[in-house]
Amino acid sequence: MFETPLDGSVPAFAPGGADGEQRGSMAYFLQQLINGITLGATYGLIAIGYTMVYGIVGMINFAHGDIYMIGAFVSLVGFLLLGALGITWVPLACLLVLLFAVGFTAVYGWTVERVAYRPLRGSQRLAPLISAIGVSIVLQNFVQLAQGARVKPLPPMIDGSFELSSSGNFHVTISYLQIGIILLTVALMAGFTYMIRFTGLGRAQRAAEQDKTMAALIGVDVDRTISITFIIGAALAAVAGLMVTLYYGVIDFYIGFIVGIKAFTAAVLGGIGSLPGAMLGGMLIGLIEAFWSGYFSIEYKNVAAFAILVLVLIFRPTGLLGRPEIEKV
Amino acid sequence: MEGAVSKTSIVALLRDAGAAALVAALLAFPLLGFRLIDSAQGLSLDTRLIWIVYAAAIVFAGRFLFSLARVLYEARPRAVARPKVAVPGRARYIVGTALIAVALLLPWLPFADRNIIDKATLILIYVMLGWGLNIVVGLAGLLDLGYVAFYAVGAYSYALLSQHFGLSFWICLPLAGLFAASFGVALGFPVLRLRGDYLAIVTLGFGEIVREVLINWGAVTGGPNGISGIQRPSFFGLPMVPASPDGATTFAQFFHLAFSPNHRIIFLYYLILALALATNLFTLRIRRLPIGRAWEALREDEIACRSLGLNPTMVKLSAFAIGATFAGFAGSFFATRQGFISPESFTFIESAIILAIVVLGGMGSQIGIVLAAFLLVGLPEWFRDLEQFRMLAFGAAMVLIMLWRPQGLLSHREPTLRLGGVKPLPVKEAGA
Repeated sequence: MFETPLDGSVPAFAPGGADGEQRGSMAYFLQQLINGITLGATYGLIAIGYTMVYGIVGMINFAHGDIYMIGAFVSLVGFLLLGALGITWVPLACLLVLLFAVGFTAVYGWTVERVAYRPLRGSQRLAPLISAIGVSIVLQNFVQLAQGARVKPLPPMIDGSFELSSSGNFHVTISYLQIGIILLTVALMAGFTYMIRFTGLGRAQRAAEQDKTMAALIGVDVDRTISITFIIGAALAAVAGLMVTLYYGVIDFYIGFIVGIKAFTAAVLGGIGSLPGAMLGGMLIGLIEAFWSGYFSIEYKNVAAFAILVLVLIFRPTGLLGRPEIEKV
Repeated sequence: MEGAVSKTSIVALLRDAGAAALVAALLAFPLLGFRLIDSAQGLSLDTRLIWIVYAAAIVFAGRFLFSLARVLYEARPRAVARPKVAVPGRARYIVGTALIAVALLLPWLPFADRNIIDKATLILIYVMLGWGLNIVVGLAGLLDLGYVAFYAVGAYSYALLSQHFGLSFWICLPLAGLFAASFGVALGFPVLRLRGDYLAIVTLGFGEIVREVLINWGAVTGGPNGISGIQRPSFFGLPMVPASPDGATTFAQFFHLAFSPNHRIIFLYYLILALALATNLFTLRIRRLPIGRAWEALREDEIACRSLGLNPTMVKLSAFAIGATFAGFAGSFFATRQGFISPESFTFIESAIILAIVVLGGMGSQIGIVLAAFLLVGLPEWFRDLEQFRMLAFGAAMVLIMLWRPQGLLSHREPTLRLGGVKPLPVKEAGA
């Protein structure tokens, strides 16, 4: 398929074999920092989807984690399809797969909103949530039936790395893939922030977030704005799905659930409804996970992430960057 | 009638169905059109583009027929709109009594075999869990996505207490409830100040934490393998076994019956029926006590409650703890029925099913929950042959029922208390 040698190892999340002395070193800390930022970038991209939808529609889009899973699967299919077509130059393949995954996953995001959420707008608060849980179950089982339940491996395609420093036999490395993930995330964030701040679509979204009726009165097509919000959220989740497929090299139909919860945790941690908050929350969750598994045990890393969430919410109930919500009588 | 479905409207319907089919084809292209095959040589792709056509055709036909049916239905000659008569309390009472009577007689009915009683027991577990969660979600209006954690605490409490200390089911049952309630308080105390959706995610996280601890704390919980050989319940000290190893009188000997494995099945059925009815009775009674009224008032308007001097945290905490207690009871029943528990039984999907039962039933409606438990747990059990498609259909049913009746099957959310027969205004239920 691809002319990639299989000797390049899958980027290890927590470098094993680090003995006590290395754990104490600065280099080890730096390595965990790099790993954590990479992981945090993917959480952040998914968290944006949660926070945007929550901001505008006021619902937890429970199926968003599964949209990310769909994105990962579509990327994998895309890579194999390109391999069959004979396109094996890695940068071109990645770019094409990015477009492929973003396009098709966006259709999933749009359809989910159109079919399962829009008819429930304005009904009781829990109805869309139950519907979303139903959609999540449907998507998981659909992919399981269509693609099989087994874990799907992809041989690493982008290998090679920079060596930043080395102390003794421990080398701090940042792989090309990690650089790519971080750069792409920063670029997407910049473009996204620009869109929200300065374009007509962004203004429409902010207006719909504040008051849907007023926004409709002054000519904002609220339904369309919400549809586009879901499309953007799904597209960003697809990018995250592609990154994870490349980074870890294994996916299955269940990956969306726990990542979805963590990304939502990230959104809440940063202050739900706040876009910089989602990114900050994602980074924090990624770093907590990386440092926890690097220094303590890999088993309880999810517990650590949730414990931090509970602590933050006790002292700052609106999240780190969230605005306090004024409850009206 | 002919006027309703004119040529133009048929064309419009076809066009609409065509658009839906196009979307379906786009959705199907990457995931149905290709299948990932993993073999020793690595991953490869199997092409089956014909599936895209199938998907599009099914969606086209379905969408067209559905829209056509809707047009015909809306165009039917209509009688003068009658005001909708709500099911009066008396009718609910009769239906409820009849259901209880059927439930009590079920094991003695001619068609009731082991299989049916087993399934009825399973449904009753979910009815009980639904009634327990209803206290938290339906009455107090707190969104709890991690209810299964308390269920797990109850199950593991019973399993561990009976294994390490040899305590009987009847001693463990209240202890399991107590442990689950303590967990409820321990979790609730820091997080109940949070607004609804934050609470939802924290409870969801809590459910996952409990499961992760159960998996990783192998020394106590047996890790992923769980705990097996859990003591089965005895009939007030009379074991239900063919012959007692230590010479104690068995249930069959005491009542001069021939031993039959069905005794235990029927006993378990009545046990969960009693537990579930106790939950129901408790809920119906506590709604009339000050604390129950405080829950409902808090659900309707938190600010008003606070200005009347209620302490919202304490009120919420009590609902949380009491809901957790019932989950603990149900959990210890689950453990004694299965004889084996593992973290697999306490995944998020269980929480989702229980919450779906409460919401589909119409929040706060006790009979609605029974109905929803039948639909969501009972029906899929009968279609076990279609194992692969079971969960797919389950998820789709959740979405469809919600779209069909967003307010739940039987909605009953009015407060229990109302001032002198004033007709309530239609409540706006948008999530303000």
